[in-house]
Amino acid sequence: MGLFILRRLIISVPTLLGISLVIYMVLALAPGDPLAQFAADPSVPVEVRENIRQALGLNDPWYIRYFKWLSALLRGDWGFSFASRVPVLDLIGQRLPQTLQVLGLAYLLSICLAIPIGVLSALRPYSLFDNIATTFAFIGFSLPTFFTGLVLILIFSVNLRWLPFIYDSTLTVNSWETFIRQIRQMIMPITVLALFQTGTLTRFVRASMLDNLPADYVRTARSKGLNERAVVLRHVLRNSLIPVVTLIALGVPTIFTGAIVTEQIFRINGIGELLIRSIQNSDTPVIMAITFIFAVLVVIANLLADVIYGLLDPRIRYS
Amino acid sequence: MTDATTTAQSLPLETPASLARQTGLKQRPPRTLWGDAWRRFRRHRMAMAGMTVLAFLVIATLIGPLVYTESPRRIDFSKSMLAPSSTNPFGTDDLGRDMLARLLLGGRVSLAVGVSAMIISISLGTLIGSTAGFLGGRVDTILMRLTDLFLALPVVPLLLLLIFLFRDTLRRLMGPEMGIFWLIVCVIGVLNWMTVARLVRGSFLSLKEKEFVEAATMVGVRRLRIMFRHILPNTLGPIIVAATLSVGAAIITESVLSFLGLGFPPDVPTWGRLLYDGQNFMEFAPWMVLFPGFFIFLTVLCINFMGDGLRDALDPRQRG
Repeated sequence: MGLFILRRLIISVPTLLGISLVIYMVLALAPGDPLAQFAADPSVPVEVRENIRQALGLNDPWYIRYFKWLSALLRGDWGFSFASRVPVLDLIGQRLPQTLQVLGLAYLLSICLAIPIGVLSALRPYSLFDNIATTFAFIGFSLPTFFTGLVLILIFSVNLRWLPFIYDSTLTVNSWETFIRQIRQMIMPITVLALFQTGTLTRFVRASMLDNLPADYVRTARSKGLNERAVVLRHVLRNSLIPVVTLIALGVPTIFTGAIVTEQIFRINGIGELLIRSIQNSDTPVIMAITFIFAVLVVIANLLADVIYGLLDPRIRYS
Repeated sequence: MTDATTTAQSLPLETPASLARQTGLKQRPPRTLWGDAWRRFRRHRMAMAGMTVLAFLVIATLIGPLVYTESPRRIDFSKSMLAPSSTNPFGTDDLGRDMLARLLLGGRVSLAVGVSAMIISISLGTLIGSTAGFLGGRVDTILMRLTDLFLALPVVPLLLLLIFLFRDTLRRLMGPEMGIFWLIVCVIGVLNWMTVARLVRGSFLSLKEKEFVEAATMVGVRRLRIMFRHILPNTLGPIIVAATLSVGAAIITESVLSFLGLGFPPDVPTWGRLLYDGQNFMEFAPWMVLFPGFFIFLTVLCINFMGDGLRDALDPRQRG
């Protein structure tokens, strides 16, 4: 097992290198100039601009710049944001907690909802409950997150005035009252993300349960006299959750991209909002860093999914 | 077994037609593969409903602008943000343009984006998957490493980045509408072929060992013909399901891009763009947000139900 994890880690190195190269090439080949703001500014003479280019190393060929960037990255130097002159890592460090808080809770909530709903659906397939759950699941993953977000704002903020419109990330929770405010402002973003994720997960739980229910071991468990509850929870559910757990690990990157939209709607200043703003400002170091972090997340999620699968299912042998 | 051989020997010239004449039974048309699939699909009620609604939406966006002659572009400030009424069934926007006309025009663009991106991603995925699966060996290894690399790419950030960076260049080259259309379609297509490639490769790997391929090789069919005429049709079921679902995914992706302000320019009213424009007026004119969003939702919901029905119909082993 240890050997397998090690091997998978080694394989993921070229993948990450490939991704970093792709992202770098896209930026290097693109038209547009990080110093475009200076070019439009008549108070910056041409020679000064040229000196800045030289100092920033923008005149080197792309592969030299790539290796410089990569080696700096590996040493932990992620550069400075062009727009705010703050180290990129600090900037991301400020934004990440907001994103993780909302995302983590939303994901947890959708897992807690999806498993029981999926199990109940699979136990009585095509029953009234199953049909309602299926319809909701389809609605959940067909509703674009930005639309759900806007409709929720329209209902609960504009018309009913129950919940705040804009997420206040400067709020520090230090008393009961601020805690309630924090909960109130988190309700809508979490609902939006959880609705989408629950829909997908419910379908997977249901399908996996339906695969396992007719299996021989289930009949054995029933015929030796176990009650239905034990059969379902201890035997079927445990086996059905194996593929679901890997899907939960694989879904982490998806939910991060969902965050980009949600943060835009509710004005949460998380990492997704930072990405959009950096793209609009041509803030290359920040864009590269965030895109790269997303890529690392995908790779880690894949690795985790494989490892968990192996741990949970002894039938899988790594050779 | 012996019974079957003796009957076959004693009735050497029986055809279904002559048998039908002898027994007096009415001859049924033969059951075909696609006929069976269609029968299974028809039994899926939600899929049929989805197909009907989707067909209605497609027809409405195609011929709607010919029947409903209100201009989607005429600005009239005296009619700014009117609520839905008999003259403007879906209301007007902040510049007094008719929402229904804009929705019909926008639907054309959104659906075209979905279908075009699907064609690109499915063709690319099928080509790469079938090449990898059929040739095997080193080609397979390289192509699958490439697929893994693409699967690990962070799609949405990359999409935003590509569109932001190349938008202006393409607009200069191909004009504002076509430039951004092809950019969005190609970028969505190129970042979405990986699952299809894996699916097709898997089917090819198992199918190329089958007897009918061996038989075709033996009678001297060329390799390219075996690939496309003999193996590929057998993998069509899962490809069709993936294609259907990817239209919905592409429509959502396009509207996300438009919603983030990195999609179509304001003069091209796609559903996502209309929503983006409407969100600032949500408090005064909720219909500017509700209708475009509802149409995106309805289209994607119909497509997902159809995909589910098609999976049941074409791929009975993989129900879920």
